[in-house]
Amino acid sequence: MRQKQMGRRQGLALAAGLIGLSLVPRPASAQMSAAARAAVDKVLAGRSAEEAGITLRLPPIAENGNTVPMTILVDSPMTDADHIKAIHVFADKNPTPEVASFKLTPAMGRAQVDTRIRLGQTQDVIAVAETSTGRMLIGHVEVKVTIGGCGG
Amino acid sequence: MSAPIGQPRVRLPQQVKVGETIEVRTLISHIMETGQRRNQEGAIVPRDIIRNFVCTMDGAVVFSMDLAPAISANPYIAFPLKVTGPATLEMVWTNDAGEQRKASAQLRPS
Repeated sequence: MRQKQMGRRQGLALAAGLIGLSLVPRPASAQMSAAARAAVDKVLAGRSAEEAGITLRLPPIAENGNTVPMTILVDSPMTDADHIKAIHVFADKNPTPEVASFKLTPAMGRAQVDTRIRLGQTQDVIAVAETSTGRMLIGHVEVKVTIGGCGG
Repeated sequence: MSAPIGQPRVRLPQQVKVGETIEVRTLISHIMETGQRRNQEGAIVPRDIIRNFVCTMDGAVVFSMDLAPAISANPYIAFPLKVTGPATLEMVWTNDAGEQRKASAQLRPS
């Protein structure tokens, strides 16, 4: 009996370890396509981006790539002194990586944008935010696409 | 010739209060032709999209967006806005040919 319990515990520990491993965040830059990399670099213009503060709300599985709802939230007090100035969105494997660029102001009260996007295939959606203090933030999320949404 | 742009629709909460942050929701009907698609003869259908959206409050820009072909047809755009008092919102959508559609809405805090 004791032996059996140990086995179960070890099994649980192993499972927890595996889950832990899969939760280690992948850097957004890790496997970005060349086109997406170039588009993101253009926005960063030599500045380095922190992987923090951005929440991308997209469905993990999109049955129809033609219209995928997307909400982006960025942590920011949105005051005159400290606010998000811009959010740039890229789709890693679309024919052209640029999806949208939003310009925000403190008058919004909250750094959030909502729209619907097209995704040609399963890929990462990347958001880069620019703060009024000059910080650059980056975040990304993977969306699995069942039916692609780019021409074809 | 560019694709027709539909009548824009703007939705605000029915009741707004000074100090609260509301959500402004907009929708405009447009094909958002990507420029990637081919017609039956195999020729590429030229790109024709709504490429810019701007919202001003009493004349000052509060939010704007540059759109790419990766934005779905009939673009839905929503954004938060802090209510500071009665105000007029003006919104303008511009397509690739430079044609515009405008909509306005009144903020009347209770």
